[in-house]
Amino acid sequence: MSFYTEPAFFVACVPIVLIAILLGVRERPMGRFGLVASCVMLGLLFFRSLPTLAFFIAYMGMSVLLFVWVRGLFAGGDPRAVTYYRIALALQIAPLAVYKIGVLFAPDFPGFLGISYITFKAAQVLIEVRDGLIEDMTVGEYVSFLAFFPPFTSGPIMRSRPFVEDLQTPLSRDAYLDRLYRGLGWFILGAVYKFVGSALAQWGLWMVPNVVNIPALAWVGQVFCYGMDLFFDFAGYSNMAMGLGLTLGVEVPRNFRAPFVAKDIKEFWDRWHISLSTWLRDFVFMRFSQFALSHKLFKSRLTTACVGFMANMVLMGAWHGITPDYLVYGVYHGVMLALCHYLQKKWSFYKKHRRDRWFVVASWTVNMVVVFFGFALFGGYVVSPLLGLGT
Amino acid sequence: MNDLKSQIIDLVVDISGDDDAAEDLDMDLFEEDILDSMAAIELLVAIKDNFGVSIAPTELERDQMNTVNKIIARVSERI
Repeated sequence: MSFYTEPAFFVACVPIVLIAILLGVRERPMGRFGLVASCVMLGLLFFRSLPTLAFFIAYMGMSVLLFVWVRGLFAGGDPRAVTYYRIALALQIAPLAVYKIGVLFAPDFPGFLGISYITFKAAQVLIEVRDGLIEDMTVGEYVSFLAFFPPFTSGPIMRSRPFVEDLQTPLSRDAYLDRLYRGLGWFILGAVYKFVGSALAQWGLWMVPNVVNIPALAWVGQVFCYGMDLFFDFAGYSNMAMGLGLTLGVEVPRNFRAPFVAKDIKEFWDRWHISLSTWLRDFVFMRFSQFALSHKLFKSRLTTACVGFMANMVLMGAWHGITPDYLVYGVYHGVMLALCHYLQKKWSFYKKHRRDRWFVVASWTVNMVVVFFGFALFGGYVVSPLLGLGT
Repeated sequence: MNDLKSQIIDLVVDISGDDDAAEDLDMDLFEEDILDSMAAIELLVAIKDNFGVSIAPTELERDQMNTVNKIIARVSERI
């Protein structure tokens, strides 16, 4: 069963949501039920392939062991805690890295749907244990967090501390009903995005080459429809995950916030796949910059920021897949962010006119071209055809 | 205390390159484009160097550190 696409998924959600409502209106804690529901749903997700199920269970077992180890190291004030923590973090990320490389050579390389997202979540917990921000998270809470099914297969990437707070905070009837109604609203909106918006965009994608005879124009039309499809499909999925989470009493972070109104590429990344870009900002860009600044690796802060943006986005591209299309996509966004940052810091014309209406309109227009060219790279409309790889 | 206050104002002005930060200590620095992610991290590094106060990048939500007064409060409660 695949999540959010097959009718079976929606049918399976009905009893889960009904039980959640029963618990919620009676002001009963929902954590244990959420874990049981997640186990059932992940069982349905993986049961068709025993090796996948076994791999997933082994991954969960490894994650729990690493978590308990690192938590114990810092609780006991072990002098080698930081060294062991680095080993644990590397081990936590290794299955995903091996998987991403492995699928290049063998498409059926062992892995499971959602391995990317679960790796982000597990890494966040280990990093924040090291920072001293997570001290008393239990194994039960950790497993509930990793396995929480609504955002399991494609995000949004949740953070453990708000999740645990939701598990621990009893909701009054009114507070639960508020989440339930908001959840149902988001779920319906998500379904409309996915089954109407995305379907229309896909229809457009198919129509454009049939009705537009000029190749360059057809390319532009296709890229536009592809970008729209990407948005409606993914935002639709994210909204449904957010809605379903809310019906279980858990706030799932919002993943899209009107990305097509962004006036520059930095703002775009504050609005598009927000949970991924903020994760990368907090755990890659900021850590890298902090390290580089305190070790004075680069001459200026501007250079540090630009190198940070590049590292951040190249990693983001590689995470999508180690293919020429995704790697170039990552480099492209790294360059665009660095360029945007540089201009905002150094270009006096920008500082003088950035609030003028004409400048805002021009900036938005340029940004949309940059964004949609990014989609073209991501969708294999540029690099693959140039390399003769086909799309 | 006043010393801490003026030192932090100087840090924010220095990092943002924007004198406006010193004028209204309750102004939202992110809303007004005075600080961004990079400037925020520079500020954390500078706070550690100057006051020996270590704040992890995800320790505080943005709305806990988005004005000069809030930054002063966060640092002074950790000194």
